Amino acid sequence: MGFDTAAGTVDALSPVTFALDAGSFVSVIGPSGCGKSTLFNVIAGLQRPTAGSVVIDGEDATATIGRVGYMLQKDLLLPWRSVLDNVVLGMEINGVSRQRARAAALPYLERYGLGGFENRYPRELSGGMRQRAALLRTLLLDADIILLDEPFGALDAQTRGHMQEWLLEIWTDFGKTVVFVTHDVEEAVYLSDEILVLSARPGRLLDRLAVPLSRPRPRSIVNAAEFIAIKQRCFSHLGHATEDVAA
Amino acid sequence: MKVAEGRAMRSDSVPEGAVSVARGGRFRFPSVFVAKRRVRRLPEPRVWKAWQIVAAQCLIIVGAIAGWEAAAALRLIDPFFWSRPTAIAKTLVIFFVHGTALTDIRYTFQSTVLGFILGTAGGSMLGLSFWWSRNYAAILQPFVICFESIPKLALAPLIILVFGVGLASKVAIAVALTVVVSTLTTYAGVQAVDPDGERLFYSLGASRLQVFRKLVIPSVLPWTISVLRVNIGLALTGSIVGEFISSQHGLGRAILYAGQTYDIALVWVAVLVLSAFSIVMYLAVSWFEKLLRKGMLR
Repeated sequence: MGFDTAAGTVDALSPVTFALDAGSFVSVIGPSGCGKSTLFNVIAGLQRPTAGSVVIDGEDATATIGRVGYMLQKDLLLPWRSVLDNVVLGMEINGVSRQRARAAALPYLERYGLGGFENRYPRELSGGMRQRAALLRTLLLDADIILLDEPFGALDAQTRGHMQEWLLEIWTDFGKTVVFVTHDVEEAVYLSDEILVLSARPGRLLDRLAVPLSRPRPRSIVNAAEFIAIKQRCFSHLGHATEDVAA
Repeated sequence: MKVAEGRAMRSDSVPEGAVSVARGGRFRFPSVFVAKRRVRRLPEPRVWKAWQIVAAQCLIIVGAIAGWEAAAALRLIDPFFWSRPTAIAKTLVIFFVHGTALTDIRYTFQSTVLGFILGTAGGSMLGLSFWWSRNYAAILQPFVICFESIPKLALAPLIILVFGVGLASKVAIAVALTVVVSTLTTYAGVQAVDPDGERLFYSLGASRLQVFRKLVIPSVLPWTISVLRVNIGLALTGSIVGEFISSQHGLGRAILYAGQTYDIALVWVAVLVLSAFSIVMYLAVSWFEKLLRKGMLR
């Protein structure tokens, strides 16, 4: 399976071409405004690229929607729906009756830390729980590819750590291909098999870094020499001085 | 020399370890300011009990009525033009027992409620329809705003001519007043639909109809609901104006008829009944609104 993406709007994104392995966890990092959102919109089919195409499993998927799960920065849970009904939204849109969708989704809610909250409303949930619900909604669309646009950007450091481990657990269980945008280099290295570094606008692919650290990764891995070396390479691409990393 | 003394005293009073700018002598407060300092108590508002508030309100009403009656009895005001509370009370009883009160109330009620429902529903649907096509919205919007700027009541005589002197013309005026408010409010709600919400739906593979039904309508509903209370007042105004111009029945006609026959007490009675009627309608709509909001948040 692979993507071949090249979008050349006036200056949002330069031609970018890459292919991803099925089931891998890939992070995209880059300075603000490097066209990460444009890239995601194109992959999700929400925006037609001015040039180039998106290929999924050898099929042209340019500007086709519903093939790729996309979780936006905001959780976008609908305030008038309960947590369970929010989670089943994707299935419902794809024609599963709400009753059956609910029955199918309930075990997942229980398994992934939302048990007992299925009949609550989004406003009653903490930030971390809302993100869990939003991610489950994306997963239950049952797409092979999941795009995550800075899903943990608004969370505090501690919740963020929990959510990262939770995400890895889900990724291991579901075996989906995950494309993950973040501003946090450490998060990218900790989570990914591979990191794509984009340049400032218009975004170009600067580097592809493999992260050959074995899994499961303990938290303490952030102090390993190999981890730090990868982190420093990312930082040097992003234009930070190496001293920043030591700090 | 005096300054030097003051400085010495001051530095003595500063506790050990405390930093004193006064010691340097450069930032010392002139003693006049210190002498003026005053300690005040925090003002605590006194809160009356609910029954005390109600009692005060009753007192005001009773006082106003008694004052009016007394002024009329003492000829301070001319009771022919102003009438008086006792006369109004008598007329009120006559209006209900022998008069046309119930017919009039029913007539005004019918035109108000019909106008309210048709105007609100029609306007909301028109506003929602603007979501479907940006071109269609752009074309129609200036016309809606034009219609908004017309003083609709100025059209009332024309509406009476077109729709006749019956109920239809009153409903039409009420609709004309309510429809634009609903349209514009609903359209504002449509424009406020989160574009990221639409992106989410499309990323899940939704059709336009699904986005409309599952995202647009629920997000716009609070906007539509917020307009209900305004619209019930406007619908009532429309009906009354219609009855003023030409009508067989209705509270508006009762007021106009009483005024033309110099029956000032009857004018007051009709205004009183109308006010009570208006309050009841307002409360009913508020209750309905609460019900809708609760149902929506469920």
